[in-house]
Amino acid sequence: MKQVNTLDRVVIRFAGDSGDGMQLTGDRFTSDSAVFGNDISTLPNFPAEIRAPAGTLPGVSSFQLHFANYDIMTPGDRPDVLVAMNPAALKANIADLPRGGVIITDSADFTKRNLAKVGYQSDPLTDGSLDDYQVHALDLTGMTVEAVKGFGLTRKDATRAKNMFALGLLTWLYHRPTDGTINFLSTKFASKPEIRDANITAFKAGYAFGETTEVFAVTYEVAPAPMPAGKYRQISGNLALAYGLITASRKAGLPLFLGAYPITPASDVLHELSKHKRFGVTTFQAEDEIAGIGAALGASFAGHLGVTTTSGPGAVLKSETIGLAVATELPLIICDIQRAGPSTGMPTKTEQADLLQAMFGRNGEAPVPVLAAQSPADCFPTAIEAVRWAIKYRTPVVILSDGYLANGAEPWLVPDLTEIAAIDPEFAAGPNATDKAGEPAYLPYLRDPQTLARPWAIPGTAGLQHRIGGIEKARDTGAVSYDPANHEEMVRTRQAKIDGIVQDIPDLLVDDPADSNGRHARVLVLGWGSTYGPIVAAARRVRKTGRLVAHTHLRHLNPFPANLGNILRSYERVIVPEMNLGQLALLLRAKYLVDIRSYSRVRGLPISLSELARDLENEIDQLEGTNP
Amino acid sequence: MTAVDQLHSELDQPGTTQKASAPGSPGQSYRGLAGVPLSLEPLNRKDFTSDQEVRWCPGCGDYAVLAAFQGFMPELGIKRENTVIVSGIGCSSRFPYYVDTYGLHSIHGRATAIATGVATAREDVAVFVITGDGDALSIGGNHLIHVLRRNVNVTILLFNNRIYGLTKGQYSPTSEIGKITKSTPMGSLDNPFNPISLALGAEATFVARTIDSDRKHLTNVLRAATAHRGSSLVEIYQNCPIFNDGAFDAIKDPTTSADAIIPLTHGEPIRFGVDGHLGVVRDEQTGAFSVVEVAEVGEAALAVHDAYLADPSFAFGLSRLTDAGVLHRAPIGIFRDVEAPAYDDLARDQVALAASLGNDEDALQAMINGGDTWTVR
Repeated sequence: MKQVNTLDRVVIRFAGDSGDGMQLTGDRFTSDSAVFGNDISTLPNFPAEIRAPAGTLPGVSSFQLHFANYDIMTPGDRPDVLVAMNPAALKANIADLPRGGVIITDSADFTKRNLAKVGYQSDPLTDGSLDDYQVHALDLTGMTVEAVKGFGLTRKDATRAKNMFALGLLTWLYHRPTDGTINFLSTKFASKPEIRDANITAFKAGYAFGETTEVFAVTYEVAPAPMPAGKYRQISGNLALAYGLITASRKAGLPLFLGAYPITPASDVLHELSKHKRFGVTTFQAEDEIAGIGAALGASFAGHLGVTTTSGPGAVLKSETIGLAVATELPLIICDIQRAGPSTGMPTKTEQADLLQAMFGRNGEAPVPVLAAQSPADCFPTAIEAVRWAIKYRTPVVILSDGYLANGAEPWLVPDLTEIAAIDPEFAAGPNATDKAGEPAYLPYLRDPQTLARPWAIPGTAGLQHRIGGIEKARDTGAVSYDPANHEEMVRTRQAKIDGIVQDIPDLLVDDPADSNGRHARVLVLGWGSTYGPIVAAARRVRKTGRLVAHTHLRHLNPFPANLGNILRSYERVIVPEMNLGQLALLLRAKYLVDIRSYSRVRGLPISLSELARDLENEIDQLEGTNP
Repeated sequence: MTAVDQLHSELDQPGTTQKASAPGSPGQSYRGLAGVPLSLEPLNRKDFTSDQEVRWCPGCGDYAVLAAFQGFMPELGIKRENTVIVSGIGCSSRFPYYVDTYGLHSIHGRATAIATGVATAREDVAVFVITGDGDALSIGGNHLIHVLRRNVNVTILLFNNRIYGLTKGQYSPTSEIGKITKSTPMGSLDNPFNPISLALGAEATFVARTIDSDRKHLTNVLRAATAHRGSSLVEIYQNCPIFNDGAFDAIKDPTTSADAIIPLTHGEPIRFGVDGHLGVVRDEQTGAFSVVEVAEVGEAALAVHDAYLADPSFAFGLSRLTDAGVLHRAPIGIFRDVEAPAYDDLARDQVALAASLGNDEDALQAMINGGDTWTVR
């Protein structure tokens, strides 16, 4: 009987060649951990190249999983365990592994040629350079090939199952359940029985190897995390976004029309929605980004829920059509799954530098509401709220997500859909005015005094024929107008309509626990979007040191919550961490004249919680005038 | 018989261009309008006239197209509220404001993309696109070829005046090489598009050309275009009296039109000119067409027009008879009219098929639950 150690949390990074199946391996381990009841947070990290040359540093793909017996907020800055399938994966990731960390490698891949390919002068497995780590150099390839030799696979195909061998070993090492992966493999390779059986065999062989070998003296247990009662599943941001859009369209009774052009990291939303046509979803893969949003706006004009999904380089191209949607005052959803820019930037790396583009990236005064999701699962309610606004206020709405949320996963308490309120599109059904002759008339820009929204009459509605477009409208009638006073009124009214959405935004709450003396924090950390996880985790860490720090997070970026100004003014120091050069900070300074301190990191990765915690502690100490 | 009369006699023949004609219920006879509800009361041109003052330049060819359109729409018999006109940017794109249907005056070049969304969303709506040579062929060229290749059920009226009018007179992608304009004082350098060739290159299923000033021919072509299910591209030679006046004089002037218009009549030898002295022959080797004196080759050698050929090469060859430079001669009529599945029909079929598997609230909840769930108590 081997020794079992109990841990609160573990971070494992699976790293290998792009073709080694590391994303799949990480996904499976994540699913098994989630089903087991751990809290999880993941960070897939892969090259934009589909198959970079094998064994090279640019070809390294990794998947980091953080699982714990409590509610964790991030995928972890540094792994405890590094699974490195080749020398390139070791070299690319070793700097992140703390001394004493565990390394599991495939020794078969550490050939002279492969070592030379990534610039290793000598074999790190034998030259002593890894002496500070717990290294398990195992012949994963050899053991896998041996295990599956009965299935008549080529050596190449047999070797490809080595990721499942490694997964089996890790599954044993961390006491994970095995049924999930076996079922998954049975389904995935149902049409290729020999591949299916080889993978399952490799998985089981890895598990058995752990049990029988003397290599691992200790195994580890991470108990389930306490969570609110209910039914859970694992979910990524793009999946949650797709589900949110479908749910909202059903709640509104409007068929969903997606016009989209493939782009990383947004394409999975297109893929997902394409699978769910049964719920009235039409997906149109357009010839370009412009046609994608154009068709979506056309569908909105026709009475559907028009949606377009993209990332920064595509959002730029959609600007003119968003402006048309502002002018025509039609509902439209624009999902920008941000990635590192400018230009093509780093397609598979995360960033949140499209905020100002979402706010202002159009000609003329063209206000658009902007919402940002703060975690993968949070994309679901964010999508529903965006649709609610778009329909109620007859406006395009931008949803900001990013590559980290899109591909990262977490457990999700599955919502009961019957508890989500319906959305009434309130189509215009008849005339809303009388003309000079006293005849009933329809005025397409006669506004609701409460919301300033215009009526939405869709084709097929008798008597409400009307013409709209990008040329300035006369108030009420919507006729073409170049009248100076009318233009000023329309510009101000469109702005007032968007500003008025504040009536639907709940006051922002601040997490600012008092200390034992009843004192509250002097420093506020304010974030938006996917920095939520690192900020909450950093605040926790700071509080554990006895320091006080307040945190609040913005979902509503345009308009801001009504009490935001008061909150900002009630702290001596406001720090805004962002994965950009201070875009929210700029907006806050401009609107509230508060001296915001921007904390900016643009490395294509989530903000490091340990670095942020340390920097926050310094800020607090500086303000308190004490030395830690 | 003038060339124009000859065109009319052909277009008026039922069963040729108007394949699906069924007298008495015009709305239902048009496959392109299947699914669009019919008006209970007969409509007239006034019903298709909005309260907006028409603001084109005096003498603009757009007036004639608008009048023909408003005169023609009532005969379709469809409800006007089930008609959507989408336009881009340019002089002609003001068109929707003047027709009392649903209308969307959009942005430059994107009308075909936006119309794709309208047409795919709504089977019960007849969709027209109004565009120009700059709108459709320069800034919107990409969307045009894609709407045509997809065969979305929309009728596209491409007003070709071979000039930029709204921006005051720059050369357009259909202007002849050497065009002297404000932006090309030494003459334009780039080769123009032949819109018919371009559309046929994209394998458009209905491609025709007509003339603004010939109301009868224009109306007949629109009728056939609307009857067609799928994308219909109608190029309309349209005179801009301000910036490109006289661009189409050769085919409009009664003294020259007979030799200038090559009339395309399905099933008929392609013959034209004063007393029919000219004809079109096809080179067996290259497939290229050329104009000859009938007296020299004999009538039997003339090419017989076939608009229903599945392969677009024949129609493409005919489109090459259009002068690329200053226009002296051009084929007029329906180049191609073939049946093919429409994108929007197929897209709706997929949604309907998927929905037949069940899509109630339980199914939605089941989708969101996913396969791997666990319960915390």
